[in-house]
Amino acid sequence: MYAYTDTDRQFVRARAAQYRDQLARHLMGELPEDDFRPLRLQNGWYVQRHAPMLRVAVPYGELSSRQLRQLARIAREFDLQDGGTPQERGGFGHFTTRQNLQFNWIPLQRSAQVMELLADVDMHGIQTSGNCIRNITSDALAGIAPDEVVDPRPYCEILRQWSTLHPEFAFLPRKFKIAVTGAREDRAATDWHDIGLTLRKNEAGEVGFRVAVGGGMGRTPVIATEFNAFVPWQQILVYIEAVVRQYNLHGRRDNMYKARIKILVKAEGQRFVDAVNAEFAALLGEPSTPLVPQSELDRVKASFPLPTAVQPPGKAEPAHAPLATFDRWHQRNVHGHRVPGYRAVTLSLKRAGLPPGDVTADQMDGAAALADRFSMSELRVTHEQNLLLPWVRESELRALWLAAREGGFATPNIGLLTDMIACPGGDLCALANARSIPIAAAITERFDDLDELHDIGDIDLHISGCINSCGHHHSGHIGILGVDKDGKEWYQVSVAGADGSTLSGAALAGKVIGPSFAADEVPDVIEAVIATYLLQRQAGEHFIHTARRLGPLPFRHAADAVRRSTAAQA
Amino acid sequence: MRFIATTSPAAEGALLLDNTADVLQRAEEIHRQAAVLLQFPKWTDGRAYSQAVLLRGRLRYVGEIRASGEVLADMLPLLRRCGFDAVQLRADQKVESAQRALGFFSTQYQTVPPERHDSQSPK
Repeated sequence: MYAYTDTDRQFVRARAAQYRDQLARHLMGELPEDDFRPLRLQNGWYVQRHAPMLRVAVPYGELSSRQLRQLARIAREFDLQDGGTPQERGGFGHFTTRQNLQFNWIPLQRSAQVMELLADVDMHGIQTSGNCIRNITSDALAGIAPDEVVDPRPYCEILRQWSTLHPEFAFLPRKFKIAVTGAREDRAATDWHDIGLTLRKNEAGEVGFRVAVGGGMGRTPVIATEFNAFVPWQQILVYIEAVVRQYNLHGRRDNMYKARIKILVKAEGQRFVDAVNAEFAALLGEPSTPLVPQSELDRVKASFPLPTAVQPPGKAEPAHAPLATFDRWHQRNVHGHRVPGYRAVTLSLKRAGLPPGDVTADQMDGAAALADRFSMSELRVTHEQNLLLPWVRESELRALWLAAREGGFATPNIGLLTDMIACPGGDLCALANARSIPIAAAITERFDDLDELHDIGDIDLHISGCINSCGHHHSGHIGILGVDKDGKEWYQVSVAGADGSTLSGAALAGKVIGPSFAADEVPDVIEAVIATYLLQRQAGEHFIHTARRLGPLPFRHAADAVRRSTAAQA
Repeated sequence: MRFIATTSPAAEGALLLDNTADVLQRAEEIHRQAAVLLQFPKWTDGRAYSQAVLLRGRLRYVGEIRASGEVLADMLPLLRRCGFDAVQLRADQKVESAQRALGFFSTQYQTVPPERHDSQSPK
């Protein structure tokens, strides 16, 4: 992991002190709510349905067991309220698709203290909300993936530092998200980002970035456009500076739904590309424009060594006695590794009784203990809202499996229907039109047969409680979107969306299969859609292939057949 | 950073530029002025930061750059780094809070064009 220097520590402490000053001025009445809001947002404080939500940055998803224990302490001591249902008493965190962690119940009066506790473990909420450059996300298998071309982590860290409190880009027209990957497989949904960066090598073996600009979800789903096929790594900050400056000057500010860079890219087309390229050329033409020096890349790279204890084993590991339940877990939750004899293991946060991505304080401590025992004290947060242990010895998989089962982390469902992405929805989020958690729970309950889940196979089910699309419904093979009509909750279902992975194909928004459904119809609809696939699939086809081959119509008919209260309108 | 009293006209002796103005297109006119006044109609509208950056970085403008409109104390560190050297705070803002806001950070992670030229220009 990146090792914080004294300067990095001082910086996060200064940010906590600055926030304490702002909060004090707010509580004294000097800083009215309208002015305080953008300031607290840029520290991750978002006032929600019940209390302020705190979004803590986990830069490119790398987390140490020490940090996770501190997050557990914050959940236990600060994320609390008296009374209400268990969900409403707090004491838990929620991992997001952008590799962050959210708390829901911390009183604003205690927020400055929490920022200081985070700073104690080199953490913060800087730019996790607001109209600024957000936390940089990456591949959860960064640095360990067998299909990796270039390790993205040092570049992510350089980008993190560059974007942190950038004075020119703190008040953009709208939020701005950057994702970076360095592998052949895109595990970071880069084409759905404002800027998607893919590390590659040219014919001379030099490292550079494919830069795609203007992807995004929301009301208008747009896939990013390739702006430059190869920006040498030394120039990448200059290129991004050019993109963001043009966006800051020309992005729309009159309508928040048209303010993302995707709208500018769509409206202006080549003219905007030309403007960016002209700005890039002008910057490169100025002798004072800094490129990333090799010495700085080397300094940051040194923070991401192969852990010294990680040594390829001299001889093959003894085979385990076969055990069906272990094999199933091994098949779904264990992933290849670039170091022979090692594996990456997903700790599933998708299990009955808890919302997708949620972890209680005790579970955070439990996951931290697993990381200490099996993974050099390191964890990753995945885009799919799970935790991952990056440094597990193959010979210890059986022991890890037993321990993970004990901790409730061993559901063998990674990549399957119940490994769904879901936002917190209307139970917690003030923006949501509808609840996500009960829908996720009902589907998890309906599909509780592991044999059936494994037979259905790989599928991305994504649920958003509103059109802001935090649950990425557009990119789901099956997408569910909560909508509000006459103050009631309804759900739109789509099929054949893609996040851009090899399985899913090029990034694409799914197609809606008819008018929205009532909440209690949704599990039946999902079952009908799945049944259509099972009936129609050809040899070797996953759900997404069948859905793409058939188009939305057969799924629509199947879904219409199970309507009850909405039967009249369909 | 020079604080312009809220009672005096911020535009005095300065070229007033709207925050949609293309400063590169108006280089000649700008260079004739001893001061320009950039606008924050809403304090969360950050266009004027980029305008100031282009004035200093691309045009090497050495006159005074002033900020007016909804200028909050908390904007001061950003304004200073982007090349502003005078501000007229919104009427309800305290100069002491603005000055304190300038003191929190002793380091920074990146440079913006005005800072890149600082080492080379006599200014």
